[in-house]
Amino acid sequence: MARFEEVGPRSPIIESTRVDLVHPRARLGVTIRAIVAIVIVAIMLFPVVWLALTTIKTRPDAVAVPPKFIPYFPDGLLSDWCMVPQLNKDGTPKLDKNGQPVLKERAECFDVTLEGIVGLFFERRTLTPAQQKQYMESPEFGWADRILLKRGLVITGPSDFVNRFRNSLIIAGTSTVLAVAFGLLAAYAFSRWDIKGKPDFLFFILSTRMLPPVVVTIPIFLMYRQLGIYDTHIGMILLYTVFNLSLSVWLLKGFLDEIPKEYEEAALVDGYSRMQAFRKVVLPQAATGIAATTVFCLIFAWNEYAFSLMLTSDVARTMPPAIASTQGAGGLEWAIIATASMLFLIPVVVITFALRQHLLRGVTFGAIRQ
Amino acid sequence: MSHVELQHITKRFKTVTALRDVSFEIQDGEFFVLLGPTGAGKTTTLRVIAGLEQQTYGHVLFDGEIVDDLPPPDRDIAFVFQQYSLYPNMSVYDNLAFPLRAPMRRMSEAEIRQRVYQAAEILRITHLLERRTSHLSGGEMQRVSLGRAIVRQPRIFLMDEPLSNLDAKLREALRVELKHIQKTQGSTTLFVTHDQIEALTMADRIAVLNKGRIVQIGNPTDIYDRPATIFVAQLVGVPRINLVDARCDDGTISIVNSSVHLPKPVSGDLPRTFKLGVRPEHVQLDPQGEFVGQLLLIEPLGVESILHIKVGQQSLVCTVPGMTRHKLGEELRFNLVRERLHYFREDGIRIQV
Repeated sequence: MARFEEVGPRSPIIESTRVDLVHPRARLGVTIRAIVAIVIVAIMLFPVVWLALTTIKTRPDAVAVPPKFIPYFPDGLLSDWCMVPQLNKDGTPKLDKNGQPVLKERAECFDVTLEGIVGLFFERRTLTPAQQKQYMESPEFGWADRILLKRGLVITGPSDFVNRFRNSLIIAGTSTVLAVAFGLLAAYAFSRWDIKGKPDFLFFILSTRMLPPVVVTIPIFLMYRQLGIYDTHIGMILLYTVFNLSLSVWLLKGFLDEIPKEYEEAALVDGYSRMQAFRKVVLPQAATGIAATTVFCLIFAWNEYAFSLMLTSDVARTMPPAIASTQGAGGLEWAIIATASMLFLIPVVVITFALRQHLLRGVTFGAIRQ
Repeated sequence: MSHVELQHITKRFKTVTALRDVSFEIQDGEFFVLLGPTGAGKTTTLRVIAGLEQQTYGHVLFDGEIVDDLPPPDRDIAFVFQQYSLYPNMSVYDNLAFPLRAPMRRMSEAEIRQRVYQAAEILRITHLLERRTSHLSGGEMQRVSLGRAIVRQPRIFLMDEPLSNLDAKLREALRVELKHIQKTQGSTTLFVTHDQIEALTMADRIAVLNKGRIVQIGNPTDIYDRPATIFVAQLVGVPRINLVDARCDDGTISIVNSSVHLPKPVSGDLPRTFKLGVRPEHVQLDPQGEFVGQLLLIEPLGVESILHIKVGQQSLVCTVPGMTRHKLGEELRFNLVRERLHYFREDGIRIQV
């Protein structure tokens, strides 16, 4: 500040590479921008944080009003702060028979439980209070059983969750790979050759996206029944591939158009065949576009709900309808739903993170060149 | 090395005809230049020879053999593009090695190495080999492009304006280098340019192309001293040739709207009206000169100065060596070198006299 006034220019420098010569007003602008960014990030991340907290809540805590957002471990982390002495009407701490103060939970605190996570992986059955007491004393139950026994539930077997999750991985993963691979070949052809009726073809490909999926589910359902691919992995992979193709052809064509065809022509005259030139020259340069397209296709196939709900029942059912139809004993098991949703987020986050360097350039659709 | 022949090549695109009945031959070891303005069909000619474009009619022959149906990889040619020909994700070494690594060549890595170093030495880019191509200057990039062509011994080098994206100094330097390499390697080269200086300085023979047609084929002297049309006369030579309307009446030629009258050349017939072409260096200042004019404008270039002389309503451009002491508005006397005058019919065709 002082230095600025001694040597600084008369009028404010709003942009400068010299930190000591930036006017305080401009520095304030940076601060404001940073604060705004942090607020936006906090707003965006809030649902995810809330989801994470819900995974470790009991059912009453999950729907408690006012909401609870500080987790503590009984007799562990944060428990000293969260457990406060109960007071009598005159303001003195209430004491129990042994003269110890009676403790109660602060309204914003909830104790951590793993019942949602355990409940996700196992089928449960409600016990009578007598059974519960009897089972609690039995030494043959492991830690997972004991967590649910506290709620009066007993594990009866593994749940469908692992199976559904695997279905999602197989169906979304395979259909994404296929959609990008076929899309790349089609886009390359559209980008490089004069194909008769090219605009019509491209429009036709795009038009498959114009109807909302729900409209075509019934005809597809009937077709699938006839063909015997109802509730099969093949059926779902086929469907998602077809739906993603329109997106991938259009996106990739845009990216391939950006790559000068001189590169391939140079490779051609250098003695490479068309396919070799494609692999050695075009593919490395299209990496950005391929990454962006992959992520878009994956997100669609991974999150798709309507088709999966209508066209699968058990064998090929994917996560989205499975999560939605999670049932507990007498009410919605929020912790189980939250845990399933959290696990459901992970693959897309991992893939997006892995491809982030390409995406930064890719999602601007070639506006920033190398 | 080889002999390349084009027979009656016509190339039509959807709406335009890029080449009309183009025929020429390139001899073994020749530096052949295709000269023409933008859109004349020069690049299309190259692409047809390379096989990147299929001609509508006509044949391409390599060593007397028709290669119309051979795809580019099998034609064994090297193509230097105007730009974009280096792979940005590879080092200079990998760029140079790329043509040799083509699966069809089955060349050992040791031999590739030797060839790359040899080419790098010729082009003096050995110190750049490990660099990424994105960190090269324009001149270095174009050197590497040339290197990619000379690492293998192709039948013919096709060069599509390789120098036009460089600045003037570099262009001059590379021009000399390119000609030197071509002569020492004895490689057959087809060089495309719109720059008449490049054409005149490097070519063994020049083909002038305009609107998809060959206008004239000849060595640089033919092209400069005996241009077949007004188009060629104006295309080559800086400053441009003086072109004035002239009349011919009973043995005297007079430039329209001026005081210049010349006797008609002994041989040859001239029509009543025609165009007279005079190269600026053939307008010679001479205190005892036959004609008189007024100095209108001076462009001093150092090596020479360009003087614009007003004669009647016409203006003639003339060059004099070095800087000039003449003043604007001064009366100047000059001669025209009679035996170096060019006569063109009104439709642009040269009249032989």
